[in-house]
Amino acid sequence: MGVIHIKWQAFIIFLVLFVFVAGVGFWAARWRRGDLTLLDEWGLGGRRFGTWVTWFLLGGDLYTAYTFIAVPALVYGVGAFGFFAVPYTIVLYPIMYIVMPRLWRVCKANNFVTPSDFVKARFDSRSMSLAVAVTGILATMPYIALQLVGIQAVLVAMGINSTGVLKDLPLFIAFAILAAYTYTSGLRAPALTAVVKDILIYATVIVAVIAIPAKLGGFTHIFSVSQTALLAKKGNIILTPKLYGAFSTLALGSAFALLLYPHVITGTLSSKSGRTIERNSALLPLYSVALALLALLGFMALAAGIKTSVSSEVVPLLLLKTLPEWFVGIAFAAIAIGALVPAAIMSIAAANLFSRNVYKEFFNHGATTQQEAKVAKVTSLIVKLGALLFVVIIPLKYAIYLQTLGGIWILQTGPAIIGGLWTRWFHKKALLIGWFVGMAWGTYMAYTLKFASSTYDLRIFGKSELGYAAVYAVIANLVLVVILSAIFNAAKMSNGVDKTSASDYLPDAQIEPAKVR
Amino acid sequence: MTEKTKQGYYWLFLIPFIGTLIPPIYSKMDPQLFGLPYFYWYLILWIIITGIIGGIVYFLSEPKR
Repeated sequence: MGVIHIKWQAFIIFLVLFVFVAGVGFWAARWRRGDLTLLDEWGLGGRRFGTWVTWFLLGGDLYTAYTFIAVPALVYGVGAFGFFAVPYTIVLYPIMYIVMPRLWRVCKANNFVTPSDFVKARFDSRSMSLAVAVTGILATMPYIALQLVGIQAVLVAMGINSTGVLKDLPLFIAFAILAAYTYTSGLRAPALTAVVKDILIYATVIVAVIAIPAKLGGFTHIFSVSQTALLAKKGNIILTPKLYGAFSTLALGSAFALLLYPHVITGTLSSKSGRTIERNSALLPLYSVALALLALLGFMALAAGIKTSVSSEVVPLLLLKTLPEWFVGIAFAAIAIGALVPAAIMSIAAANLFSRNVYKEFFNHGATTQQEAKVAKVTSLIVKLGALLFVVIIPLKYAIYLQTLGGIWILQTGPAIIGGLWTRWFHKKALLIGWFVGMAWGTYMAYTLKFASSTYDLRIFGKSELGYAAVYAVIANLVLVVILSAIFNAAKMSNGVDKTSASDYLPDAQIEPAKVR
Repeated sequence: MTEKTKQGYYWLFLIPFIGTLIPPIYSKMDPQLFGLPYFYWYLILWIIITGIIGGIVYFLSEPKR
């Protein structure tokens, strides 16, 4: 390092775009004006987002900067296995189509802001509701931290960020701006900035998949060089049979897990109807095409001879090596802004959970909606500060470990949230025990893998089966929930009162304007 | 329960699961397309098919008004 070598061309373009987005973020408070002192307005944008806004918002929410950095890096590291992100973001949408509009309807009918609100009312259980809230917050924190890693990666690649005590200053500034506009504008900010982010991302993808292969001698050449390079590190450009189970369970488990993350639920609840979500489930796969093409950058990095042990640097280094510097500025801005959008939604979602389901529920039962919003706003600041300190103080690998754990944990809320949408036969105590066992066993599996991987070699019926630990844990969770529910229900143990009604879950032609906006 | 009919086409959503979650059917090198091994372009194609299936289910379930 030593000498600072700033890539000025890239940096100036990056800076201009960044400042522009910050302006958009602040201006968002005036867009579709609402009373931002109410949690429904600040934290859910008033539930008025139509098809286009929802498309951009969810696109920014599901396909984060971390995804764009980590997926190609995984492909660079292991080859075909990294492509699990593609079937993952394929099966995601059928599940979204079936699950999320139903969740939207029950939340709208009862003014729920968070999944915990729903669980509390459905199962009449404060403890299960708290379990869902705490799991959500715990799983979200490292996810926010990893978004910062995306920003850090491009700053480092541009030669910023390498000097002594002030080395993290640019990251602090970026985050302070994010925190300020999220505080003032709420969910409207990521919704608007997501539009800018997407234009930049699509431009980057299109240029990258045309220009880079042309420069490197075509895909045939890229794959043949990659095969040699990958075999040397025990990877492969084609999936080997022993990884089939891990590949599929990782895709399926990740899809369910994603829909349970608080930021994704917040993003979907902000749309104006169940039908808007259905429409988006058919339109969002376009982002998966971009993700798949970006994943191929991993092979291009191998073919371009990029050598780095820091996985988050794979993509930035490849772009710098193969594209003109001014364009790299645009691509880097896309990555950094692509980090700000989900980071904002995640912090809002975590804040909503804390304010509604921890603060109001356990500390200030009579809190007014204004107090609720105030607490949420302050919490969003604290959450971001926490994530920032995490990245600056604690080694990066721990953030990645916690993110791995977060995926395992969040899936354990599935039986209560997704299951609860269709049945109330599950007993609330059974759900709590299932959740606890799933959390404990999932954490244990990750621990035995030293948190470095999430695919666990389960020995069962004398065979060993490699699969996603989150899926194993949630199967155990579900089996327990079913068995215990049968026992508890047979024993006529009290299961509280359902505060939702059957019609809350069904589509209502009255609140479904058929017009496409 | 008139809403029941709206969900009558959900079974179409099983197709992407079968198409993408059984790697032995597509984890192959050949045939290649634009230099991409089968494994890759097959999965990319499924993204588009899934979008189309989503669109079909959406339009088939259009509420009668």
